[in-house]
Amino acid sequence: MSTKDRNTVVAAINEFCWAGVELDVRSGEHEVRVTVPPAELLGFTDYLQSRFDGRPELIVAEDTRAESGGFTLRYIFELPGKDVFVIVSMLLQQGQDLFPSLATRWYLASLFEREIHDLFGLVPSDHPDLRRLPLHQFWPAGYHPLRKDAERPEVFEDDGRPFPFQHVQGEGTYQITVGPVHAGIIEPGHFRFSVDGETIVNLESRLFFLHKGIEKLFESMHVSRGVELAERVSGDSSVAHVLAYCMAVERCAGVEAPERARYLRVVLQELERLYNHIADIGAICTDTGFAIANAHAMRLREDVLRLNDRLVGHRLLRGTVVPGGVAIENFSNHQIADAINTVQKVQNDFKEVVALALDSTPVLDRLHTTGVLSKQIVCELQVVGIAARASGVDADARRDHPYAAYSKLKFQVPVFQEGDVWARMMVRVQETQESVHLIVQALEALPAGEMLQPVTTLPAGASAFGLVEGWRGPIWHWVAIGENGMLARVKIKDPSFANWPALNYAILQNIVPDFPLCNKSFNLSYAGNDL
Amino acid sequence: MLAQIGITIAQWLVVVLGAPVLAGVIRKTKARLQGRRGAGIFQPYWDLRKLLVKEVVIAENTSWVFRLTPYVAIGTMLLSAFIVPVLTTAAELQFLGNIILLMYVFLLSTFFLALAGLDAGSSFGGMGSSREMAIAALAEPTVMIAIFAIALRAGSTGLNEMINRAASDPLLLLNPGHLLAFLSFFIVALAETGRLPVDNPSTHLELTMIHEAMILEYSGRYLALIEWASFIKLFLFLTLLGNIFFPWGVAVTLQPGAVAIGVFALVIKLGVLALGLAVLETALAKLRLFRVPELLSGSFMLALLAVISFFFLR
Repeated sequence: MSTKDRNTVVAAINEFCWAGVELDVRSGEHEVRVTVPPAELLGFTDYLQSRFDGRPELIVAEDTRAESGGFTLRYIFELPGKDVFVIVSMLLQQGQDLFPSLATRWYLASLFEREIHDLFGLVPSDHPDLRRLPLHQFWPAGYHPLRKDAERPEVFEDDGRPFPFQHVQGEGTYQITVGPVHAGIIEPGHFRFSVDGETIVNLESRLFFLHKGIEKLFESMHVSRGVELAERVSGDSSVAHVLAYCMAVERCAGVEAPERARYLRVVLQELERLYNHIADIGAICTDTGFAIANAHAMRLREDVLRLNDRLVGHRLLRGTVVPGGVAIENFSNHQIADAINTVQKVQNDFKEVVALALDSTPVLDRLHTTGVLSKQIVCELQVVGIAARASGVDADARRDHPYAAYSKLKFQVPVFQEGDVWARMMVRVQETQESVHLIVQALEALPAGEMLQPVTTLPAGASAFGLVEGWRGPIWHWVAIGENGMLARVKIKDPSFANWPALNYAILQNIVPDFPLCNKSFNLSYAGNDL
Repeated sequence: MLAQIGITIAQWLVVVLGAPVLAGVIRKTKARLQGRRGAGIFQPYWDLRKLLVKEVVIAENTSWVFRLTPYVAIGTMLLSAFIVPVLTTAAELQFLGNIILLMYVFLLSTFFLALAGLDAGSSFGGMGSSREMAIAALAEPTVMIAIFAIALRAGSTGLNEMINRAASDPLLLLNPGHLLAFLSFFIVALAETGRLPVDNPSTHLELTMIHEAMILEYSGRYLALIEWASFIKLFLFLTLLGNIFFPWGVAVTLQPGAVAIGVFALVIKLGVLALGLAVLETALAKLRLFRVPELLSGSFMLALLAVISFFFLR
């Protein structure tokens, strides 16, 4: 399938025989690498869009001045319906800081470009909104931390300059500012509501309070050490993040994880999905004031966490996935039976909890029609994961771009059309069932053999991406290898990065007291977004 | 006379000192119903003690209203504790108030809390005040009509007379007007004391809060006073529900035996009501804010029917 897809894409790109657009022969099985000069970028990306409906899902900037004189930008295009990605590389000339902007074509691209503007000091030309994104106002103007030669400035304090928020004016319209410190123990984020009475007419969120320079930190690490950092990008997605990282490293090294490791990776990822989905459904119920469902959901989540501990020695499954396979003790038959029993028992109890919540009219009344996200917004903002599937977009990287052992296992991808809190909850409910089903299948069909194919050689200059469907949605890691197995660049895209703006649309015309419920139905990661 | 003073002070102490344990019992029952162990029933006392010794942090731009309000809140509740017959209807010092006065003393405290919510100028305080006032405005007519339904039959708005009259009616629970008024008053009591499905007393979500949003700026002893006041308010509402609508056991004389039965009856009634409240709060979700008016207008209709039924079923 993918070979045929790949040939179609290669043929189409060859048709586009403009000056300077070069096909890279080293492309992998599921990717087509193209080098494009800055002058041709817009023409080429427009071609990808009109021909394949291609969309840039990830934009990476790399400081390659030491190697080639200028910065390199990479645009990874997903082509819907095809298991092939087009990786467009654009090399800027020495001393060149300006690059063509895709901001008016794709909203997500505009966010990536703002990020690059802050962190690299490269300027997208004609970008409509170049306000600060990851670096707040108080970061010194000329300091761009991801440049290799960036020096930490002396003065580093908040000068009190406010962020230029959008202003909504009108009679009876006023602003509610919430956060970044909240009443509950949650991550920091600032939300600025413009309300007309209780009705929200505009919401602007200001995030990146948790910007801690993870991508910069990666650059000081050896590939093997990066594993631990990748696990900690977003605590609730440890397995998904580290798996994406490891897949990227494996592609750089040309290593494939052994069959048994691939099945175990499925088990680990689905265990993570299971405990997070259960917790989320409980939390959605709490936010409607229906605490009893949450109490039971927390009990079931604890059952899964304890199972994790019994299986691999860590409740959040850390230290399990490594480049080349998995680093856990071999499961005994007893452990496999225990795992199957536990997840099936959790599934049965969980069905009762869900029934309890969904049989309650007051709960349903809160869930239905709250926070509707239209399919149009989903497509325009390139929303991914649970939120996209709840609004009628049928996409799941486990099925569309299979990795680990997903192509050998059977599972359904639930899709709902309503786009409201109820739909996002139902996607989770059904995915929970599928996860249990996948865990049981993978454990029963667990092939014998090695679990680790050690990564020995890491060619300097190699780069690749890893794509994994985490429980929130697709997680991307772009890894570039430097000298002696050090990391030259790691770019991470958590689904939260694409989905946070969607919340601003879903909440419109809802009332302020429904915001926490709506927010919880997305349950986006601040840490994964802020990096 | 000494007995009169004694019993009045005894009743007052029961309310003021017993209120936290009632809140503790409700929390404990809710926790058990949810399969949690929960804190002990005396936890509210420890919370109050902790808050009383903690530092008070006051926002810079607040006025005297902010500092006065905790004392108004606790003062109105300490006064109300004198008005409500808790153990006996024979304490004649209670001449000083009737149920209408009681309801407006409650409202005075709500009014000041709403002012204090606005005073600090934070977004949540204003939101809480606006919501609390909206609900108070909807609840007030319902309370008055429900009171009229009972007062009409008793021929008085005095609480002692209302209870005595109800206690002397053998067919009390067969009277539809009485039951309708009970339901109506119960719903209003939920709204007034900030319980589910109107307000969620245990939420941490500042954007959904009503009562809690108004007092978000308070800390230390001020918070302790406000918390204590809200415990007393809950105690008084449940006592009113228990004594007016199920008047059995309330002592009509000051005989030691009758008062002992009064104490026993009070514990049973409050226990049952607290259990009912906990079950309700476990089984119900919080209403969407804009559904609260529907709930309260339903309650208003019940009260109106109770009044009408008085004229037909006298």
